[in-house]
Amino acid sequence: MLRTEEMLLNVGPQHPSTHGVFRLVLKIDGEIIKEAKPVIGYLHRGTEKLAEDLQYTQIIPYTDRMDYVSAMTNNYVLCHAVETMMDIKVPERAEYLRVIAMELGRVASHLVWWGTYLLDLGATSPLLYAFREREMIINLLNELSGARLTFNYMRVGGVKWDAPEGWIEKVAEFIPYMREQLKGYHTLVTGNEIFLNRVKGIGKYTKEEAINFSLSGANLRCTGVKWDLRKNEPYSIYDRFDFDVPVQDGGDAWARYQVRLAEIEESLKILEQACEQFPAEGDILAKVPKIIKAPKGEAFVRIESPRGEIGCYIASDGKKEPYRLKFRRPSFYNLQILPKLLEGESIANLISILGAVDIILGEVDG
Amino acid sequence: MSGEKDLEQQKKEAAAKAKAAALAKMKAKEQGEAKEESPAEDMDLAKQKAAAAAKAKAAALAKMKAKEQGEAKEESPAEDMDLAKQKAAAAAKAKAAALAKQKAKEQGEAKEESPAEDLDIAKQKAAAAAKAKAAAAAKAKAAAQAKQAAGAGDGDDDDEKAKAIAAAKAKAAAAAKAKAAAQAKQAGGAGGDDEKAKAIAAAKAKAAAAAKAKLAAGGAGADDEKAKAIAAAKAKAAAAAAAKAKAAGGKADAEPAEEKKPSVNQPYLDKYVKVINENLGSDVLEDYYINNLSKDVPTLIVKADYYYKLAEFLKYNEQLGFDYLSELHGTDYETHMEVYVHLFSYKNTQSVALKVKIDRNEPTIDSLQPLWEGANWPECEAYDLLGIKFKNHPNLHRIMLGEEWVGYPLRKDYEPYDVEV
Amino acid sequence: MVEELLHSQAGIFNFGVFFLLAVVLLLVVLGFVTYAILAERKVMGFMQLRQGPNQVGGRWGLLQTVADVLKLLVKEDTIPKLADKPLFIIAPVIGFAPAFMVMATIPFTDKLQFADLSVGLLYYIAISGLTTIGMVTGGWASNNKYALLGGMRAAAQMISYEIPLVMSVLGIILLTGSLNLNEIVAAQENVWFILLQPVAFIVFLIASVAELNRIPFDLPESENELVAGFTTEYSGFRWAMFMLAEYVYMFAMASLTTVLFLGGWLPLFSFLDFIPGAVWFALKFTVVIFLLIWFRSTFPRIRADQLMEFGWKVLLPVALANIFLTAIIKEVMNLF
Repeated sequence: MLRTEEMLLNVGPQHPSTHGVFRLVLKIDGEIIKEAKPVIGYLHRGTEKLAEDLQYTQIIPYTDRMDYVSAMTNNYVLCHAVETMMDIKVPERAEYLRVIAMELGRVASHLVWWGTYLLDLGATSPLLYAFREREMIINLLNELSGARLTFNYMRVGGVKWDAPEGWIEKVAEFIPYMREQLKGYHTLVTGNEIFLNRVKGIGKYTKEEAINFSLSGANLRCTGVKWDLRKNEPYSIYDRFDFDVPVQDGGDAWARYQVRLAEIEESLKILEQACEQFPAEGDILAKVPKIIKAPKGEAFVRIESPRGEIGCYIASDGKKEPYRLKFRRPSFYNLQILPKLLEGESIANLISILGAVDIILGEVDG
Repeated sequence: MSGEKDLEQQKKEAAAKAKAAALAKMKAKEQGEAKEESPAEDMDLAKQKAAAAAKAKAAALAKMKAKEQGEAKEESPAEDMDLAKQKAAAAAKAKAAALAKQKAKEQGEAKEESPAEDLDIAKQKAAAAAKAKAAAAAKAKAAAQAKQAAGAGDGDDDDEKAKAIAAAKAKAAAAAKAKAAAQAKQAGGAGGDDEKAKAIAAAKAKAAAAAKAKLAAGGAGADDEKAKAIAAAKAKAAAAAAAKAKAAGGKADAEPAEEKKPSVNQPYLDKYVKVINENLGSDVLEDYYINNLSKDVPTLIVKADYYYKLAEFLKYNEQLGFDYLSELHGTDYETHMEVYVHLFSYKNTQSVALKVKIDRNEPTIDSLQPLWEGANWPECEAYDLLGIKFKNHPNLHRIMLGEEWVGYPLRKDYEPYDVEV
Repeated sequence: MVEELLHSQAGIFNFGVFFLLAVVLLLVVLGFVTYAILAERKVMGFMQLRQGPNQVGGRWGLLQTVADVLKLLVKEDTIPKLADKPLFIIAPVIGFAPAFMVMATIPFTDKLQFADLSVGLLYYIAISGLTTIGMVTGGWASNNKYALLGGMRAAAQMISYEIPLVMSVLGIILLTGSLNLNEIVAAQENVWFILLQPVAFIVFLIASVAELNRIPFDLPESENELVAGFTTEYSGFRWAMFMLAEYVYMFAMASLTTVLFLGGWLPLFSFLDFIPGAVWFALKFTVVIFLLIWFRSTFPRIRADQLMEFGWKVLLPVALANIFLTAIIKEVMNLF
């Protein structure tokens, strides 16, 4: 009888598939994971502490660096929280610009996820296809905001820059193109037998578990919970658009994959309508005081980011800096279920499960 | 969607009808009055008068009824806010009716004292009464409309004025209704209520009338926007005038509601508090209120001793069923620490904020991890950054900074520790 | 020519000639590897909307790989402190030597072949199996958990896929009645074995990709899971030797596929026989290489347990059935 013993394996903090500085301490028996312990905090920058000494407008660039793959939603959640407290009515044109920017960001974010997830599974080409489309979005957002990744675009009461001439048309042109490419994605990957074997039934959890673990976004919708804050608790002007909330009930990586790709399509629908309705003129910034002071009290707002429910809590004592600022970061909450999912899985499945959760380490660590 | 559109149309039609009715009634009444004031007192005239008055009255009543029905129909799917308005309107109507009756009586008495004492005096009286009633009805209606549209019921006792502004009021009412429709459309009611509630909240906060006006204008603008969205945002320039009108309507609409109905979430809060008091006793909650700054979320402040018990109750109680922990974090208020928990129920689609104040020197509180797995890491984070210890947490560790970090950075008195300095 | 040398008397001169020829072959193979890598990068670049190398060596990046190899050769030779030093050093040699040894039996044309063994096919398969030992040794000697896992995966995979590989070619051996690669080519004078043995070809192709450790079967070094598998701790020229072995195997496997299934140096149609056999061989060989590169840029990676399952539960039974069927058909044909 051979003597076997368990082995400790450090996956990360530098590892090709942890998407950043994330570490997993695995107790493995051969290739089977007995126990997994996530270690986070490598990218903790203390945004919340820093924010306590900053004015609200100055905090916006910090939010860009949280979920750096879809910075627009982060910009928005902070502005939305302050606007909710101060009861600022954002001009219509600004709302449209915000929605277009956020939805473009959502498409870009899901594209990055799609590409990197398949790269994790060993397919090298999809990443480059996804980045080709993402590059177009980044260029569009660059034209709008002047930055490619950390946009710093939104302001309390509106947005910083108006759309350049012909920009809306460019966005409108992008939509059918992206739809066409999406078909190609499905042809290339979605039907692939090897891919299906890698995702079907992997990382499965139930609806109750998802809710209990505070999962949100596609990680929740993959279990059949039809819940999208854009639809169910509409903020901004999302109530004006006709779109669907894609749901799957498998609860596995495959369901998450399908939900995310379907969400790209829904985002394109929203973009299409937003481009059609885009007001020809109007203000892009509401009349807000020069120095923004949120009224004394506290507020917690939540919106739908590509990764799930992103929230912003502000406790204000009436000064120009927040007394306490807290972000509910979806990746942080979504990652909690990982140790449970990994138990008894192989290392190959670890990559598949971790990838399907779709985390951004900047957001996990705050 | 189509149902809502129909509703809107119905409302518009009803408003138009009401307007027409008001006009017609006004005319009828004017005629009646003119006749009344004429000195002629012969039998035929009286009869004629009576007939005309009766007709007018009947028409007015019928119209009123129709309108009321229409309103009832329209407003039944809308929120309780409208109901309250209706009730208020009804009350106003009743008051107005009483006033009118008084007047009518006076008139009747005046008539009685008139020298004419022929047989038909009874008839005449009847006519006068009918007339008076018609007037009262018209007045009541005008008052109701006025109340509903503007809530400025002061000028109503003056019949003439009421008449004069009735048409305008009706228009305003129509606008208000359109707005209501827009709001109703706005999405299951919640969003609309938020909007309104926000306006209300801010209005409360700001005492100045000017500010209020501005604010309400803003609110109206929002509604205008929505209406535009429905109309595919096409006729923008034309909407400007309408927006102005609606601004008035919107303002008038929001303000009276404010006093009557603070928040749409109030009933929820009341329900929670009631259920909690019934089941856990009345000394569990330290305070509870609607947080107007935070989209009107019902907020409960629980005593530290009952924190876990209440959380458990909130999760497992049939009527509450908060199965989702959306957010958990701590705050250092220098005098005390606070843990803020935002819970959500997918069953009832309702949120609640649960807060607990804890001693700053000895920040210890029960862990919610046994109830919601999702509280695991957020509690570690609160422990890491604020030093709040969570009892019964399975693995409380410094999740971000590491165990060797000195101090708790999010405390207000935190001094960075640096070995080299 | 080589045949005569083999049968001539052993001596300094003969040794010198052999050595020289071997060096020439090595250089040819290295030249191939250099440009195979470049071709792979270019083709993958084309498939992935990229340029590929285009700086070193003109517009086509012709010297890119040369530069890369030079860089690897001058790179500092690092051996981890806790590694098993002798094994760590010898592992790349064990890995690379068999790769070069198998080249000896491959008949590139009817004349250009180093050793015309009567058991050529068997020799190839037996020797190529040795490389696995190099991988496992390297994985073990590195004293790195990822490397160890990679080495174990390599061993499991090699054993699992060697069997269907051998089984799939049994049909051809039945049809030709010989293990000699020259005779196998000669037997395809009229019709290639890819047409006679399509099932065997598919099994062989899949198994050969697995043998080559290429996507979708690159589990031993799957970078997204095991960082770099058994080569995690290797760098510089030691790592280069593993890479070299891999590409030489690609060369050898593509040649073997050409010989076994695509008729070797024989022309497509007999009226095209004015074109030299070497060109035909090169053409067919290039097609196979292109196919391998195409696979690499298209497929995701299969999972280890699925790989085993596929090898044992699908490929092996199919290969066995193919042998059975071939035997029956051959018997039936003999009856008439």
